[in-house]
Amino acid sequence: MDLKILTFLVVGATFALYIGIAIWARAGTTKEFYVAGTGVHPVANGMATAADWMSAASFISMAGLIAFMGYDASVYLMGWTGGYVLLALLLAPYLRKFGKFTVSEFIGERYYSKAARMVAVLCLIVASVTYVIGQMKGVGVAFSRFLEVDFTTGVFVGMAIVFIYAVMGGMKGITYTQIAQYCVLIFAYTVPAIFISLNLTGNPVPQLGLGSSMADGSGTALLDKLDMIVNDLGFALYTAQKKSTLDMFLLTLSLMIGTAGLPHVIMRFFTVPKVADARSSAGWALVFIAILYTTAPAVGAMARLNLVETIQTGPVGAADGNLVYADRPEWFKNWETTGLLAFEDKNGDGRIQYYNDKSEAFADKAASFGWQGNEMVTVDRDIMVLANPEIAQLPNWVIALVAAGGLAAALSTAAGLLLAISTAISHDVIKGMVAPNITEAKELLASRLAMAGAIIVAGYLGINPPGFAAQVVALAFGLAASSIFPALMMGIFNKNMDNIGAIVGMLVGLFSTLIYIFWFKGWFFIPGTEMAANTADNWFLGISPESFGAVGAMLNFLFAYIVSKITPPPPEHIQHLVEDIRVPMGAAKAAAHH
Amino acid sequence: MTEQTQRQAYWTANLKLVAWCLAIWFVVSYLFGIILVDQLNAIKIGGYMLGFWFAQQGSMYTFVVLIFFYAYRMKKLDQKFNVHEE
Repeated sequence: MDLKILTFLVVGATFALYIGIAIWARAGTTKEFYVAGTGVHPVANGMATAADWMSAASFISMAGLIAFMGYDASVYLMGWTGGYVLLALLLAPYLRKFGKFTVSEFIGERYYSKAARMVAVLCLIVASVTYVIGQMKGVGVAFSRFLEVDFTTGVFVGMAIVFIYAVMGGMKGITYTQIAQYCVLIFAYTVPAIFISLNLTGNPVPQLGLGSSMADGSGTALLDKLDMIVNDLGFALYTAQKKSTLDMFLLTLSLMIGTAGLPHVIMRFFTVPKVADARSSAGWALVFIAILYTTAPAVGAMARLNLVETIQTGPVGAADGNLVYADRPEWFKNWETTGLLAFEDKNGDGRIQYYNDKSEAFADKAASFGWQGNEMVTVDRDIMVLANPEIAQLPNWVIALVAAGGLAAALSTAAGLLLAISTAISHDVIKGMVAPNITEAKELLASRLAMAGAIIVAGYLGINPPGFAAQVVALAFGLAASSIFPALMMGIFNKNMDNIGAIVGMLVGLFSTLIYIFWFKGWFFIPGTEMAANTADNWFLGISPESFGAVGAMLNFLFAYIVSKITPPPPEHIQHLVEDIRVPMGAAKAAAHH
Repeated sequence: MTEQTQRQAYWTANLKLVAWCLAIWFVVSYLFGIILVDQLNAIKIGGYMLGFWFAQQGSMYTFVVLIFFYAYRMKKLDQKFNVHEE
């Protein structure tokens, strides 16, 4: 069957499934809308959390990032999984025991301060909005590439789908849809990986294939071979470290505590029936995440190997060692039409030379071969996952599935973020501050309207992304790491932390991180307003802006501690509240009705 | 034991368990995966260099096991100190 029709069918079928689930799981109360009635089984919640967490970036971009960064990309693998250990050990069970709907609500009550709640809401909305822009963009890209429709149309279709199930079902609808989306995306990710691993190493498990020998009979380990062939072309060794150790350390730490502080992840743990379930549910979430995250390094390394070997067909430097452009494979042509892969015959020999022309050590060699620069002028790293099934010559239905998987990843994350935003507006701002006496029916209506509004704003920003779309992930993680995580952790583990200490800490963490990022990336990311060039020489102690969240968090802890020592301790009922959330006994019962 | 001291003992036991788990969390990722990566890379397991394996595979497997271990031990502690949910 024609690929385009097949893709329409597969994507259409998944959308029909999501909408069907939405109709089945309509929310009738605010409790169902905000926390799915706290009746979600821990394994189901873990799966939904995994889909919530794994965005278009995890699905599409991460393997490509690994393919080109090699060992250095380990920071993303460890950073985006290690945060779940912190969540399970330090936050999730206590916040579940507290038994309210939002992260800001906990901060507001624990620090007996509307100002603290306001600061938390602000951090939450900024982090979530910046994050959701990328998801809407991902939806548009997936549509335009696979279904050959206009980018804007793609975003509109995505908005309409999210609108139907998120506005109708709230957390309940989103949770059950995310479970379906997880199944689609993990299947779409692992099937091509299994076939590629089988092709290259004879081992069907990608995680083992990456550590196996090549199936070509040479007996060379795959990673050794990869190191060798990239090094022969002047690239850095795949398994070698290129970043500084301090920066790798801090970036990993920032991503971990940022993950544990992201509100749309934390609020998922309000939905399980019991405190003990919050602990195990974090474990299940990580199981489902790790299936993709441990496959990604194999996909990345194997994609890099396939790409280099496709182009460098013979010995480096031999006259006939490079692929003749006219003989390039079909997938190469397909991706050239998108502009994400581009070739320019610099030395006019009709063959493709792909090497590192920035390496001075390799420059003489390249010149002696008659090479006049790297001819693969564009290799977008995002194509690695998307082109994988074509490179491995898998049937068309697998390619169609990858399109559906990418969309599932983007839509599930977008829905989770939109829920976090609308909950903050209806529950923290409207119910918490503007109109405390609002009825439940009205609050439910307000949250639905807030959700609709958030979808329109997110769609608009997805179609007209501010120039800084690529930078915002660093911002979202930096904010969550430096402001939200420390406030939550101290609220649970330090009984004497008071309102002033917490607020000062949050503001210090927030502004130190914001200023450091803006200093090197421009104020509000406006080009030309950078205070210093964004290079390692200018960074404070060699710490990149992306890694600064961990430093901001440390400043937050430090200032909060000092201030809490010189200001009056929190009132007695707050100290009792802290003692109470430390034990599971007496947690609010799950809602019986569905 | 009064309820108050029992809760205090429960909390102390919890903190100790958290500290042990976080120590392992630190060792497999930051120590094995980043700080000692070059030294560990001298050891090979199949086609993997050990430091590289910890950074891109082993740390994540350990994280999963660690969370379930913590959840299991906490369930025992909840029972032991009689602070579990109904």
